[in-house]
Amino acid sequence: MIKKILNPRSWGFWMPIGVALTLTLGVIALIRFTRGLGAVTNLTDTFPWGLWIGFDMLCGIGLAAGGFAIAATVHVLHLEDFKPILRPTILTAFLGYLFAILALLMDLGKPWNIWHPIIMWNPHSVMFEVGWCVMLYTTVLFLEFSPVVLERFGLSTPLKIMRKLTPILVILGVILSTLHQSSLGSLFLIIPGKLHPFWYSPILPVLFFVSALTVGLAMVVVESWFSRRAFGKPLETHLLQRVSRASVVVLAIFLALRLRDLALRDTINQFLAFERYSWYLLAELGLGVALPMVLLASERFRRSPRRLAAAQGLVVLGFVFNRLNVSVTAFEAATGQTYVPAVAEFLVSMGLVALGMILFMAACQWLPVFPEGPVAEVEKSGGFAAIAGHTPAAVGDAATTSR
Amino acid sequence: MIRRAILVDVSKCVGCGACWQACQQANGHPEHEPTKFDQDTFTFLMDRGNDVYVRRLCMHCQTPTCVSVCPVAALEKTAEGPVIYHPSRCMGCRYCMMACPFGVPTYEWHSAAPRVRKCEMCAYRDGKGPACAPACEFEATITGERDELIAIAKQRLADEPDSYYQHIFGLTEAGGTDVLYIGPKSMAELGLPQPPIEGPMPALTWRALKHVPDIVLFGSVFLGGLFWLTKRKEAVAQAEGRSAEVDRD
Repeated sequence: MIKKILNPRSWGFWMPIGVALTLTLGVIALIRFTRGLGAVTNLTDTFPWGLWIGFDMLCGIGLAAGGFAIAATVHVLHLEDFKPILRPTILTAFLGYLFAILALLMDLGKPWNIWHPIIMWNPHSVMFEVGWCVMLYTTVLFLEFSPVVLERFGLSTPLKIMRKLTPILVILGVILSTLHQSSLGSLFLIIPGKLHPFWYSPILPVLFFVSALTVGLAMVVVESWFSRRAFGKPLETHLLQRVSRASVVVLAIFLALRLRDLALRDTINQFLAFERYSWYLLAELGLGVALPMVLLASERFRRSPRRLAAAQGLVVLGFVFNRLNVSVTAFEAATGQTYVPAVAEFLVSMGLVALGMILFMAACQWLPVFPEGPVAEVEKSGGFAAIAGHTPAAVGDAATTSR
Repeated sequence: MIRRAILVDVSKCVGCGACWQACQQANGHPEHEPTKFDQDTFTFLMDRGNDVYVRRLCMHCQTPTCVSVCPVAALEKTAEGPVIYHPSRCMGCRYCMMACPFGVPTYEWHSAAPRVRKCEMCAYRDGKGPACAPACEFEATITGERDELIAIAKQRLADEPDSYYQHIFGLTEAGGTDVLYIGPKSMAELGLPQPPIEGPMPALTWRALKHVPDIVLFGSVFLGGLFWLTKRKEAVAQAEGRSAEVDRD
């Protein structure tokens, strides 16, 4: 096992960078907690939310949305053939929330009061609702992932209890996710005057929820692809193909909602002026939504796992672009403020991403995250016929990319 | 106890700065000529040219956006009128700063334990009222019961119709504010930020938030139902000696 961890091919290049970023994170945190947010960020009274909210919070939580979608597929809809990708997805989701919460601890002025919403209520506040949901759902994710740890240490009694509780946890998780994924959009409902009309919409909560679903599914594919490369794990290509077919539908729903909304609010003329923000919007919807939707709809295209990952990668980038457009671009456009994140803000975001990846890799090394044993065996023998046609291609891909 | 409000009369303001001097003194801020809201500035004058000065301060909305968005109720609309801030509750999310339609709250960006800063109508002075009003010699800022101030404002508009744009800003704007404005032109022309919608802002988020109980209720029933239905299908398939896998395909 030790040999595997120290395998230079997967760790040698990224590990030092990851460790360096994580250390930088610590140094910046030290400055930030002694000399204030102003010492490390470019935030101002007129631009109080920056990269840590726009990227770390909005994207971190959105990218983790695969967790509730796949959990519900397996445990609520009983489509148990998706089981092999469930654990890595739950792990990604849990780390995504951890990432967002750590960023929040950096961003909050007085993070030691982060627990205050538990006893100091204001049900009229979207932030209050988001706070509660994130708190509860992170706990749910932790519990959903706990069987993996329990299994590792052979604790069979708690394992049995957790298995019994799983359906309830999963249903709770779906409800909590629906609430706060949409509420991250509701946060912006109160500032119609401060967001560019391309991005302010009365249906922001619906758009945030549906786009979280698109990116949640996309992340399942992208992360499977990276895990395969990092660990040489077999890829459940047929599952990823089915996930990607679902993606096509969800992307189509999102596009329909978004275009209808833009049309209803008479933004078409503004768009046709083809000024800066028209291009932003076009890139966001064209490259981040429409293009991957069309590509993934083609059966021939879906055959190659590498192409699947590339198309879903576009969805992820489009999603990140959208969240930054809502929280930064649209705010700048409507208020005339300018905000460019400080170097430290970028470093913190990168450091947290690195930390997340290190934790993911560590968990994959030491815990039974990927299907091994009986589940995997059933999966391999059951699924082999179905994927036999594609397997050589997948192997070929792996060979070319690792060279 | 009175329900306190402030009337700002832009037509009467000469720009002497007595209001902000009194404010700085009362709030223990360093003396400085203020030009924008910041952690040491709760009020300042916007010079609009031709001896027109528009005084800015917290509007003390009747249905304050900041109060509605604060997750920990650190901002409070008191029965006496002022919107006040409880730093010990605040966790520093700065949603109030994002949400305020008038751009009022500011932050202590260089503090290790930062507070949101804004005018509290000198609420801590135990009913003595805001320090800025008595400092004004020209009755450009006066304080008192809201209804009385509205009566005074109407009187001024009627007495000198040529000096005033015939509208009291704050009667209905942002759902009504306890800081009212009258002046020679509309407040939009004078550069006072205009709330983006008619009526109280908190309605915007409440439209979404009010669905939360229904999502929880019907979500649980719907998902529980799906769970039960699909599980049954599997059991039935097994009982009939077929594999659930085959059944689904």
